[in-house]
Amino acid sequence: MVVDDLSDGELDRVFRALADPTRRDILVRTMRAGESVSSLAAHYRMSFAAVQKHVAVLERAGLVNKQRHGREQIVHGDPETLHRATTLLERYERLWTDRATRIAGILADEEGSTT
Amino acid sequence: MTVLKDTADPATLTLTFVAEFDAAPEEVWQVWEDPRKLERWWGPPTYPAAFTRHEFVEGGECRYHMTGPEGDQHHAWWRIESIDKPHTLEIEDGFSGDDGEPLPDDEPVTMRVTFEPTDGGTRMTTVTHFASTEQLEKMLEMGMQEGMRLAMGQIDAVLASAA
Repeated sequence: MVVDDLSDGELDRVFRALADPTRRDILVRTMRAGESVSSLAAHYRMSFAAVQKHVAVLERAGLVNKQRHGREQIVHGDPETLHRATTLLERYERLWTDRATRIAGILADEEGSTT
Repeated sequence: MTVLKDTADPATLTLTFVAEFDAAPEEVWQVWEDPRKLERWWGPPTYPAAFTRHEFVEGGECRYHMTGPEGDQHHAWWRIESIDKPHTLEIEDGFSGDDGEPLPDDEPVTMRVTFEPTDGGTRMTTVTHFASTEQLEKMLEMGMQEGMRLAMGQIDAVLASAA
């Protein structure tokens, strides 16, 4: 089954990339404004290389992209990919809203039959 | 019925759904405990569910299938992990093969349902956790087809009123 244009493998990369709190934080920051990897590294108690690895995971998942700016690479968050991934869970939410509506119908039927 | 909260966390593949009903917890509990009532809401109208086994006790096994518009049957199962009437319910929900029995390597979805009394009603919270995105997509197939049908119906209505 195809959900929009993200394949199963792509979706898995997105969800795995999002499973880490540092990566979620990097994503939030870079969606607000582009930031260089060295500027990002200053926010966390980890090495530059470790932050660079996190950015690479986000990049492979299509959640961020890098643009060269002089000697620096500026990381930008891509809200579009995140949006497509959440669409899946939103569809499941609708399934439950429909179920709750049917439950309410059953409960209303009973009230009608006992009074 | 009011939907209070509907939170999806893509990072942990968890969905929290909270709704309030104008009925006591004992009555809302009945829509899970009574298989004939359960069948009326578990599956969408286009994919009605039929429970052929329904052991509503701790460790109890349930078997059900959903029948699609083309007569296609989809088998699944529940296992009641814990049950405390009418407060909490924990269920594992997984796919079955054509014989109706659980698929050997399939990881089930876990659902934790809580029923809390409110002023004149019940707040029902369902927390669903998926093992993988593939599982979530598979679960969605039937519900989504219903959505597509509804959308088609709406298009028909628009065309009819435009004519």
